[in-house]
Amino acid sequence: MSEARGAEFAKWSNEDGTGAGARGEILGRVRAALSDKGYAAQRATAASAAPAPGAPSPTPAQPAVPRRSPLSGSERLELFAERVADYRAIVERCAAAGLEEAVRRAVALADSVLVAPGLPLDIPGARVDDGLTASALDIVDAVVTTAAVAIAETGTIVLDHGSGQGRRAITLVPDRHVCIVRADQVVDDVPDALERLDPRRPLTWISGPSATSDIELTRVEGVHGPRHLHVILVG
Amino acid sequence: MTHTFVGMPPFPAAAREALANTQLRHNLAHATAVIRAKRAAVVGEVEDWEGLRRAGAAAKERALLDLETNLLRLEEELTSRGATVHWARDAEEANAIVVGLAQRHGVDEVVKVKSMVTQEIGLNDALVDAGILPWETDLAELIVQLGDDLPSHILVPAIHRNRAEIREIFLRQMAQAGRPAPALLTDEPAALAEAARLHLREKFMRASFAVSGANFAVAQTGTLVVVESEGNGRMCLTLPEVLVSVVGIEKVVADWSDLDPLLRLLPRSSTGERMNPYTSMWSGVTPGDGPQEVHVVLLDNGRTRALADEVGRQALRCIRCSACLNTCPVYERTGGHAYGSVYPGPIGAILNPLMRGPGDPQTDSLPYASSLCGACFEVCPVRIDIPEVLVHLRSRVVDGHRGDRLPTPEAVAMRAASWAFADASRLGLVERASGLSGTVLGRLSRSVLPGGRASAGRLAGPATAWTGARDLPAPPRESFRQWWARTDGGRDE
Repeated sequence: MSEARGAEFAKWSNEDGTGAGARGEILGRVRAALSDKGYAAQRATAASAAPAPGAPSPTPAQPAVPRRSPLSGSERLELFAERVADYRAIVERCAAAGLEEAVRRAVALADSVLVAPGLPLDIPGARVDDGLTASALDIVDAVVTTAAVAIAETGTIVLDHGSGQGRRAITLVPDRHVCIVRADQVVDDVPDALERLDPRRPLTWISGPSATSDIELTRVEGVHGPRHLHVILVG
Repeated sequence: MTHTFVGMPPFPAAAREALANTQLRHNLAHATAVIRAKRAAVVGEVEDWEGLRRAGAAAKERALLDLETNLLRLEEELTSRGATVHWARDAEEANAIVVGLAQRHGVDEVVKVKSMVTQEIGLNDALVDAGILPWETDLAELIVQLGDDLPSHILVPAIHRNRAEIREIFLRQMAQAGRPAPALLTDEPAALAEAARLHLREKFMRASFAVSGANFAVAQTGTLVVVESEGNGRMCLTLPEVLVSVVGIEKVVADWSDLDPLLRLLPRSSTGERMNPYTSMWSGVTPGDGPQEVHVVLLDNGRTRALADEVGRQALRCIRCSACLNTCPVYERTGGHAYGSVYPGPIGAILNPLMRGPGDPQTDSLPYASSLCGACFEVCPVRIDIPEVLVHLRSRVVDGHRGDRLPTPEAVAMRAASWAFADASRLGLVERASGLSGTVLGRLSRSVLPGGRASAGRLAGPATAWTGARDLPAPPRESFRQWWARTDGGRDE
């Protein structure tokens, strides 16, 4: 950084580079902006109990968030499969005993297959990710992972990038993503998924293959993420 | 990349120009009709959409109500998870922070996730001035950037371009920015998307510094959320070593569970999908996965000014879905450029004046860029009563001119009306004059309005502007009070 630019940068930031002057002023403006009567009174009620770290904020009366009517076990799996297919992803169902065979079939045409560390399956010829660079990932044909949660209503799979799912890049750069979802991981709707997920982990919500509607608002599958999403629902 | 909205004419002048562009009107009518139908279909699927809207509005309202606490909490959570939090009062400060970070890392290019806020602050120009190339990676943003154009829609900045125009831009401009478009490029959307994939992939592979915005920032957990479709967002949020996210202070929500109504409302309202293809969530730095240096710039830039407006502050609930644009009869005809801001359409017509304050003729013209039909309020997933705020802002514009030495024709007319209505005998005088003019105009009139009344035609003088776009019926020959006196309240008729 040049000296002049450095000085300019320092002007906006305090010594640890976080703009303490701006911080105080913005927070002061926020306080002043909300000082009118109605808000001040509501805030006083809300602030009467300070939240413990990590606990939800004290709540002024909130309307209940409506939920969809609950699904039965088989309805849930059926709806999930239907909604995933709706995004033009491939979705197939199999029994636990047939999983390895299904995965092998799904990657049969791929020259190079990568799996996430901890994937409890034996796929002949597959390489376990050990920190491949982005360019190395770019020549991988297919990647196989598990998921953390799946959502029936929206046909979404959510990865929390734990064991069997791998770091975020491996399910992004290769062109084909084969994702194994267990039946007990499928929930009805978004709020059920949020309850199961750990916000401290990085999370990737995937609903079908990469797509765009930027040209005349016509949906086209396949832009930067995997152009082929293959979901195998087990059980 | 040197294009800005600065110096745009007020809405009526810009709109007149846009309306004369038949290609633009065709592109917009097609695109907005498609998206309206898609939205209606997936919104209709939800059992209690209205309840969900109310919950979404309440979640955002609660966050704003306690904004100071939520911001401090967000800062604390982010910091404890390895992110560095910066605060920026305005665009200049935010740009200086991002440029400073890029320079500290010695990069000469950055990849960008589509973000309204970095458009708002003109970050690309600031980066270019510092010799750093910003690469837009969202397809529509890429089209706008390569075409040296301006965004015209919140969700689809290139909505004003059709496939043939996009093909032209790719063939002409891609080579100068990196990998050229395939020579045999067709105008099929799939082929155009493939060209963008190839063009941008080399940039993603070598990128070390990324800039993003955020759709939501959760105070309770220090989580930032980016909602997208193409995977360019995931590329930028995952592959580079350094990630800087510029986040407006109104993006904060209090709790993790608040994401529920919002994540169900946004995709259905925005692209008309049950869920968008990709949503990324991250809380600070994750060792061994993704960027290992994470910065968050919390930006004011007029948001606290909007917050101070008791009627207008609801506009800060906006989650940038663009449903109000797609449904607005004015937007559908003029397009986004006429609004002279990165925030066009009904939400732009309130957000820009609220964030900038009154006084500038361009900004002051925006609250009038509406027929107050209310369609925007009806589709808004967080129930922003846009017509209410429009009327409020109009009154603010009028109030701003009360001290003018030369009153506006409208103010003169209002003062005259006030004089006449204040006294029964004055009103009687005016009614007689009006009846006389009605008799004359009724005879001269060559056109008849629906319902059979004669038209007064075009008025002269300063009133021309008013009748230029409206039918004015000829005044009735007899006033109600005259009729009452003549017929004894209808008994003699």
